[in-house]
Amino acid sequence: MDAIQQELLAQVADLHEVPEGAYNIRANGEMAGRNITANIDIVTKEDCPGIDIRIKPGTKSESVHIPVVLSQSGLQESVYNDFFVGEDCDITIIAGCGIHNGGSASSSHSGIHRFFVEKNAKVRYVEKHYGSGDGSGERIMNPTTEIHLAEGASLEMETVQIKGIDSTVRTTTAEVAAGASLVIKEKIMTHGKQYAETDFTVDMEGKDSSVNLISRSVAKERSRQIFRSRILGNASCHGHSECDAIIMDDASVSAIPELTASHIDANLIHEAAIGKIAGEQLIKLMTLGLTEKEAEEQIVKGFLK
Amino acid sequence: MLELKNISFQAEDGGKEIEILRNINLTIEDRFVAVTGPNGSGKSTLAKIVAGILTPTGGQILLDGVDITEKSITERAQMGIGFAFQQPVRFKGLTVKDMLSLAAGRETAVSEVCSMLSEVGLCARDYVNREINASLSGGELKRIEIAMIMARKTKVSIFDEPEAGIDLWSFQNLIRVFEKMHEEIHGTILIISHQERILNIADQIVLLADGRIEKVGSREEVMPDLLGAGQPCKTLTDKL
Repeated sequence: MDAIQQELLAQVADLHEVPEGAYNIRANGEMAGRNITANIDIVTKEDCPGIDIRIKPGTKSESVHIPVVLSQSGLQESVYNDFFVGEDCDITIIAGCGIHNGGSASSSHSGIHRFFVEKNAKVRYVEKHYGSGDGSGERIMNPTTEIHLAEGASLEMETVQIKGIDSTVRTTTAEVAAGASLVIKEKIMTHGKQYAETDFTVDMEGKDSSVNLISRSVAKERSRQIFRSRILGNASCHGHSECDAIIMDDASVSAIPELTASHIDANLIHEAAIGKIAGEQLIKLMTLGLTEKEAEEQIVKGFLK
Repeated sequence: MLELKNISFQAEDGGKEIEILRNINLTIEDRFVAVTGPNGSGKSTLAKIVAGILTPTGGQILLDGVDITEKSITERAQMGIGFAFQQPVRFKGLTVKDMLSLAAGRETAVSEVCSMLSEVGLCARDYVNREINASLSGGELKRIEIAMIMARKTKVSIFDEPEAGIDLWSFQNLIRVFEKMHEEIHGTILIISHQERILNIADQIVLLADGRIEKVGSREEVMPDLLGAGQPCKTLTDKL
């Protein structure tokens, strides 16, 4: 693996060396490393690009890293990864994709991740998206996440895109069974002429299911963002979604929430706030000796932390 | 030493120019200086003009002989002016430790944060990683605001009604904070206050009324006049 790919790996997965536990590293469309453990098996799919990750019931405190890096300009790929998480597991999955494009052709990665989380299993899923390189070719990522939570299962997803992705459409769908809970925390920053679209659809199917979607984003310069969230309460459930965005310069942000309650005990809430950095926040930090620009940076950094 | 020369400030209200401050001349070099006066007398405006948040429509401000009238908020802060807001600002994501580090101008250790917060009656264990957001009460924010000024160690520190909202914490503690700040930096502490107990520790009291300085002097000189300042009109006195 070359220096550019190593830098991408460090950015998307905090990986500076071979990770502990199970992993599968994909570089420029090829497998660049894999490790399986007694409890976690990784198998290459035969009918399409991608892998199946099977985690034995009862596996605790283990992690799976499946980073993807692209450094070859013009490479376009779609990868299908399926996660089968057995009953009563408690595991961490770290995905992430880094694209370095130093050429003029567009590079794109579409990761289609499906999670089948069995009863009472607990998953923490972290995904980071990062782009670098000074080529004129676009860096495009269109991640699709499909989540199936069985009774009592829980999944917490942290998704971060801070830098360098020119265009992204992030589609997430979920089905939440009785007593299961889903938490998604999204952080996005766009700049230049970037475009980021987020689209969540969550079906609350079981009694006492819950979902919490939290999106914080900053749109700078001429970038555009769209946040869509659909929560369908088909049972006694708690659903909450929140979109909190800072706009700067000539950016534009749309928040389009949709709540549908089809059960008398479905409690659904949406909150959205979009606006520029409050003048009094800038003034406060300037009275501490920061310049206006430094104040702005601190506020944005804190907001996306 | 802070000098205000002929400072005036006009604001527009419904198409009419109103004078908030009129020809303020003031030299501040004592330890504790209190600015007091009825609501609407121009006290907060004066403080904001010194911090650079408002620009005076006329006059000059000198800090240790240097004209700072045209200096920005940032430049004044860097030259040694600290300002505790009457209504502290909330920040999503920035923690108490972040803010104290920004105030101190360097990364602060948890032990330092602990000592700063204990000065204002807060336990670091509960607050160090708390965000400065809506989850903090007005009184908590106010104490953190004061701790930030302590962390800055500025030669002129302005507090706009520091006692407001601090109910459970005694004035004695607030006064001890001011005394400690002075011991450490030997600077000037300018406090805008209505509180008699704060005025009682002032070396100099400035009494503002209707945008003018009504009186400046030691507390013995000014305190007796305070009762007479801003006499209510007949309609109000009749009701009282």
